Amino acid sequence: MTKKAEQGRTEGRAEERAEVGIKERTARQRMAKFFVAGPPLVFLTVFFVVPSLIMIATSFRFPGEFGGLAPIAAPVVSAHVSQGLEYGFTLEAYQFFFSDILYAKIFLKSFAVAAATTLICLVMAYPLALLISRSKKHLRNLMVLLVVLPFASNFLIRIYAWMIILGPESGLSYFINAVLGALGITPITLLFSPFAVLVGMVYVHLPFMVLPLYTNLEKHDPALLDAAQDLGATRWQRFWRVTWPLSLPGVFSGAALVFIPVLGMFAVPDILGGTGDILIGNLIKDQFLGTRDWPFGSVLAIMLTLAVLAIAGLAAWFARSAVGQRAT
Amino acid sequence: MSRSTRWLWSAAILAYAFLYIPLAIVVMYSFNDSRLNAEWVGFTLFWYEALLNNKEMLLAARNSLIIALSASFSATLLGTMAGLAIHRYKLKVLPVLVFTPVAMPEILLGVSLLLFFLQVLNLTLGMISIIIAHTTFCIGFVAVIVRARLQGMDESIFEAARDLGASPWQTFRLITLPLIMPAVVAGALMSFTLSIDDFVITFFTKGVGEPILPIQIYTMIKVAVTPEVNAVSTLLMLLTLIMIIIAGKLEARNMEAAGGEAGK
Repeated sequence: MTKKAEQGRTEGRAEERAEVGIKERTARQRMAKFFVAGPPLVFLTVFFVVPSLIMIATSFRFPGEFGGLAPIAAPVVSAHVSQGLEYGFTLEAYQFFFSDILYAKIFLKSFAVAAATTLICLVMAYPLALLISRSKKHLRNLMVLLVVLPFASNFLIRIYAWMIILGPESGLSYFINAVLGALGITPITLLFSPFAVLVGMVYVHLPFMVLPLYTNLEKHDPALLDAAQDLGATRWQRFWRVTWPLSLPGVFSGAALVFIPVLGMFAVPDILGGTGDILIGNLIKDQFLGTRDWPFGSVLAIMLTLAVLAIAGLAAWFARSAVGQRAT
Repeated sequence: MSRSTRWLWSAAILAYAFLYIPLAIVVMYSFNDSRLNAEWVGFTLFWYEALLNNKEMLLAARNSLIIALSASFSATLLGTMAGLAIHRYKLKVLPVLVFTPVAMPEILLGVSLLLFFLQVLNLTLGMISIIIAHTTFCIGFVAVIVRARLQGMDESIFEAARDLGASPWQTFRLITLPLIMPAVVAGALMSFTLSIDDFVITFFTKGVGEPILPIQIYTMIKVAVTPEVNAVSTLLMLLTLIMIIIAGKLEARNMEAAGGEAGK
């Protein structure tokens, strides 16, 4: 009897142990989750979320006397009560943004440049992506690599290369001006012009358009085109009625990938553009590194963020409705 | 070759020419024996020699190397964690935090970090602020690569390890880490390249003081263009090319391993 009782007890203990084991294991799993997700979460909260909030807070402040920010509260004991300086929170920077049509114009111009860049990238990238997707498998990877490779060279160098090509001493400039001269038109400068900005923008962002297009086009079923041909569709109809509608999700994601960075770009107009070719990015840069009006710079950055969010939302919506249309 | 393929090929060749001619010109002029980027005069290595004697440039290269190594190390560590966490647990906030900095225009991250460092941390801008800034945007790239690798894997391996009594740490060290290693290395190489090339975020978080490579190049382009820029550019292209070849080799081995596993 004692033996049996003992046996029962040990069985019970084993069960208990097993239960403890499971509990311990889930506790351990939770610990693991904490250790894996915790550090990146903390890091990005501190160095991404908090700075973004700081930027929003900054947009409601007054600029400081010597740039930067005015303190939130007026110094309580101060020998010199600074004249005309204001403290606390304000909508001044926002008012300033909406009071001058100049800023709306620069935003519009940035949108126009982004739209033009996106369109040119699309026209250049589409045939390339189509060709890659229809090439033999072993060729495809090489062709994609060749698209990405220049993209790996330094960003500034890619812009700088166009300084050489479009510069006044370049062969291209001589050639164009010789042709223009023969036609009796006054010579032009290619560099430091809106044209140079556009070329630079397209050059820097072209791979962003090719890759999503290729990823989409590669998945198309060639049988669809055969079927269209059998049904008597011309080459143009096959493209316009079959390939193009199917590729719309790729077009929209490529467009978002080009449009968004172009909207915030300051380096290209800074290097290739003239004094009049200022875009949002240059305006923001000047507020922080030039005139040092932080509140106004923050307002501009927030406006840019809102524009980017709107564009990203729009692209996602278009892509979804394109897919939806296909399903029906 | 049908008419449409011929048409496609000519459009594609034009696009490739558009991509490569500018870079070829930079490389060519780096060997040109002339102060002007105008016509070919003769072959010289003078600009590379000038580069080697440019103390500021060498210091900038050293600083950029330190920044890229530190940033890619921390980004690889945190990015691998983020990739694992996003893959394994149903998290809502972390993916947004990880992928938004990658999708935004860089200038926004640069500006907000500038304000944060100066207002909150009271940090003197310099190497540390640049390393933090680079880490912030590189985490997303590493996480994407690591997660893609995990998505292609059979979950039952991890379950088996767990059922056999392995602790989470043991599972990670003995099973997960060796399996995702190629992705981790690829992520590290990617972060290194991104960091050493980054101009926009560096520009905002650099402060005054130590010379940094992209800023140095920017100044050379803006202030006085000498063919030394061409020489630096060519050397940098060579460096990235080597990194890409290494990454490609790893990727190939990765694919082979995956194929072998599937074959079994």
